[in-house]
Amino acid sequence: MNIEQLDFYTQAILSMAALVGLTSFLMLGQGRLLRLIFVFAMQGFLLTLTTALAAYSLNNHHLYISAVLTLVLKVIFIPWMLRREVLRMNMHRDIEALKNNTAVMLGGASLMVFSYYVLHPIVQSSSVVMLNALAVSLSVVLLGMLLMISHRQAIAHVVGFMSIENGLFFAAIVATNGMPMVVELGVAFDVLVAAVLFGIFFLHIRTSIDSLDVDLLNKLHEVEK
Amino acid sequence: MNWLIAILQTILFVVLAPLLAGWIKCCKCRLQNRKAPSVFQPYRDLFKLTHKQPVVSEQASWLFIKAPYIIFSATVLAATVVPLIAVDLPTSASADVIVMVGFFAFARFFLALAGLDIGTAFGGMGSSREMTISSMAEPAMLMAIFTLTMTASTTNLSFAISHVLNEGLVLRPSFVFALSALVLVAIAETGRIPVDNPATHLELTMIHEAMILEYSGRHLALIEWASQLKLMLYGVLIANIFFPWGIAESFGIQALGYGLLVIIGKLALLAVFLAIAETLVAKMRLFRVQEFLSFAYLLGLLGMLSHIILEAAR
Repeated sequence: MNIEQLDFYTQAILSMAALVGLTSFLMLGQGRLLRLIFVFAMQGFLLTLTTALAAYSLNNHHLYISAVLTLVLKVIFIPWMLRREVLRMNMHRDIEALKNNTAVMLGGASLMVFSYYVLHPIVQSSSVVMLNALAVSLSVVLLGMLLMISHRQAIAHVVGFMSIENGLFFAAIVATNGMPMVVELGVAFDVLVAAVLFGIFFLHIRTSIDSLDVDLLNKLHEVEK
Repeated sequence: MNWLIAILQTILFVVLAPLLAGWIKCCKCRLQNRKAPSVFQPYRDLFKLTHKQPVVSEQASWLFIKAPYIIFSATVLAATVVPLIAVDLPTSASADVIVMVGFFAFARFFLALAGLDIGTAFGGMGSSREMTISSMAEPAMLMAIFTLTMTASTTNLSFAISHVLNEGLVLRPSFVFALSALVLVAIAETGRIPVDNPATHLELTMIHEAMILEYSGRHLALIEWASQLKLMLYGVLIANIFFPWGIAESFGIQALGYGLLVIIGKLALLAVFLAIAETLVAKMRLFRVQEFLSFAYLLGLLGMLSHIILEAAR
């Protein structure tokens, strides 16, 4: 089936999937924290657009509420909180030297291929669009994990965690044509609680090792090596 | 009749190019709270330059004097390949997009040689920078264009544009990537702000201006005109490939007039975006340019991949 024969909603969903995948790659290669947070907010904005699009074309009104929640939480509140943290720690001028950036990017690309490979069997039971959207969201999840492994700053870890959540959210919207309202509210509050908890963790890490670089946590061994 | 319209379209290209440059300058001045010169100022500049006596160094070879004519005519030939107001013209049907990239490369080759010819430090520096940048910009541009040609399954611009036109509104992920790649390449190739500043003669940063520093009089006029033409060519490429609606498909007076109005509107809008971007963004360091262009290449590659993966027939 060619793309010209699909309806406009499906084409838009495919474009959104491609753009969400791109933002994940951008985050993976990003050394500056403020820019990382900005790209994260962009990803949240793409999710908002996708949700609003689904709400409009499926005529499903409670998805609008979900879109507004995404906008408020993932585009405004969490990026604002992380940004404030970065500015307060005076880390906005640092460039994190990413160890073997090329290898990480290549790893990201192979993760994307891997997720296509894993999800390929489902193409028999569902549409092509579903395969693409699900493969992109699985690779967003995996790229988020890779982001958490490859970066050293705690804030980058939080961004990676939140982008894993973004990938799951995208899959949920595309695959189920909108989850029940209760589930979405639950997820939104989970994210909110996670954000608050991370704020507290930042505070504790900072008071104990005076930095947000998690490699320094190795100092906390009870026994000197 | 068709050939007449093709020639007319090329003349339109050549005549309108300074107007576009003037309009961009006008928008930039407004955005930066300065008093804008008239939109027709580039015409006056060109006119003034053609009436001045060109000064040529004693060390210059024949190449230095011939180069402006070669550059200008190669750029004009490139302009014949691109459909401006109508698709399906004989000139654009006889040459494809790779020929157009070839014309650009040809003009750039002579510009770089002319920069080296006179033997000043700046000329050589500018030539080396220009060649470095173009060696990275060209693959990215071809990648973006191949995405289009794979979709339309032809490398001919006029057929590809009519393919996009007849398909109606299809939202393709690959075109989103190809569009952004082509915009980045266009900025680098035409020497606009994050890569090169067209309004400065500061020796540390200039690229295009460094090569043409020794030119004066009508030679300078031709080179300036060619670079304005190149800017317009890229603008028309972006406007007509990705938003081809309004271009004339038949040769009636009404369709052609409408096509002309629409392309002027599209170019004016693009110029406003360019002026806003140039006002907001600072010029980047020379050694950051390769990151910028490899990002453009990445986008082009992603466009190609998403064409194969997301849009392929199964």
